Amino acid sequence: MAAAAEAGALPAEERVGQVVLPGDVLLLPSHPEADGARLWLGPGAALPGRLVCGPGLRSCGAGLLVTKGGLLRHRQPGGAGGGSGGAYWVDSQQKRYVPVKGDHVIGIVTIKAGDIFKVDVGGSEQASLSYLAFEGATKRNRPNVQVGDLIYGQFVVANKDMEPEMVCIDSSGRANGMGVIGHEGLLFKVSLGLIRKLLAPNCEIIQELGQLYPFEIVFGMNGRIWVKAKTIQQTLIVANILEACEHMTAEQRTQAFAKLSER
Amino acid sequence: MAGEVKTKLSKNLLRMKFMQRGLDSETKKQLEEEEKKIISEEHWYLDLPELKEKESFIIEERSFMPCEDLLYGRMSFKGFNPEIEKLMIQMNSRYKKEEIEADDTAEADVSDEEMARRYETLVGTIGKKFLKKRDQRVLQDEDENSNMRPSKAKKMFLKPQD
Repeated sequence: MAAAAEAGALPAEERVGQVVLPGDVLLLPSHPEADGARLWLGPGAALPGRLVCGPGLRSCGAGLLVTKGGLLRHRQPGGAGGGSGGAYWVDSQQKRYVPVKGDHVIGIVTIKAGDIFKVDVGGSEQASLSYLAFEGATKRNRPNVQVGDLIYGQFVVANKDMEPEMVCIDSSGRANGMGVIGHEGLLFKVSLGLIRKLLAPNCEIIQELGQLYPFEIVFGMNGRIWVKAKTIQQTLIVANILEACEHMTAEQRTQAFAKLSER
Repeated sequence: MAGEVKTKLSKNLLRMKFMQRGLDSETKKQLEEEEKKIISEEHWYLDLPELKEKESFIIEERSFMPCEDLLYGRMSFKGFNPEIEKLMIQMNSRYKKEEIEADDTAEADVSDEEMARRYETLVGTIGKKFLKKRDQRVLQDEDENSNMRPSKAKKMFLKPQD
């Protein structure tokens, strides 16, 4: 029993890029607990900054405990020491969204009740959105939001104990692109992993798509994408490509794009 | 005589607001602590030793945004929506600026040295405007002594000779 427990516990750095399962323990390099212990780090080593324990991981005793199955990812600490320490997280796949504070999502207004709107974001509960949480909204000047409108906003309160709340302004009161999304266009659902892949800093899919036609696109972290192009056909083409590219390899994708750009 | 014997003011009187305005922060703190002591003696408390909070190096984060450095979710291509395109540049560059705090290589129209030179002379010229005539003279003498650069001979007012 003891051997089995020890076999699961490996240093975190070794398992980066491997599949981890819930229940695995990842050991972290021991942090100096007393001030005297810092000396052994050596003159060249930087002080360990705060390590970010991302989604799918929890801190427990000696290290990190895995709570979701997936690939373990790591990001090196950036900046000159003063910045954040590295980050570990589990890259897992799921279709069901769980509201998280700070995430930008696309929601559909379902109920308009007095001062608040109820917005369906694909989670277990509907999020509430106050009418004052729009740019330039006052008690007299209400925003023009109807039932069935699409809203792009971010969560301010999102935990398992409370009803999620979202707003369409940032901390300084500006909209920054949030708010009601226009009337035309197409909304469709994809898996959460695809959204993260598409929003990664150097995503080729988006760059290649951008070369095809002029269009506008909004990504919600809850798996919803809204696309609008000049004609309905172009909109549908973009939507189909995005849905399909989750399962295509790079060569298949380039072939598909080549076919499209010929037309 | 009356000044030597100071009447002792009661604590309730000292607690009143108009008496506290003149006190300095230290006496205020002392009074607050005394009050807290009176209250806390009636309250029940756990007789445990003080537990030190472990300084945790691990921050738990449930969102993917800081981990993977995701881009802003709203995008527009080929000029479909110019406002969104402006916003894209703004948000993504603002995000990158937060990363690159150390290098401050902002491209300026005027280089730093040029700016320093101009500013130096500017401060001098505008400062002279507000000097009185006597000070201007003194300044002039100092300039001639300390200045390394050959300065033009200032044309003084010549009194017309009869």
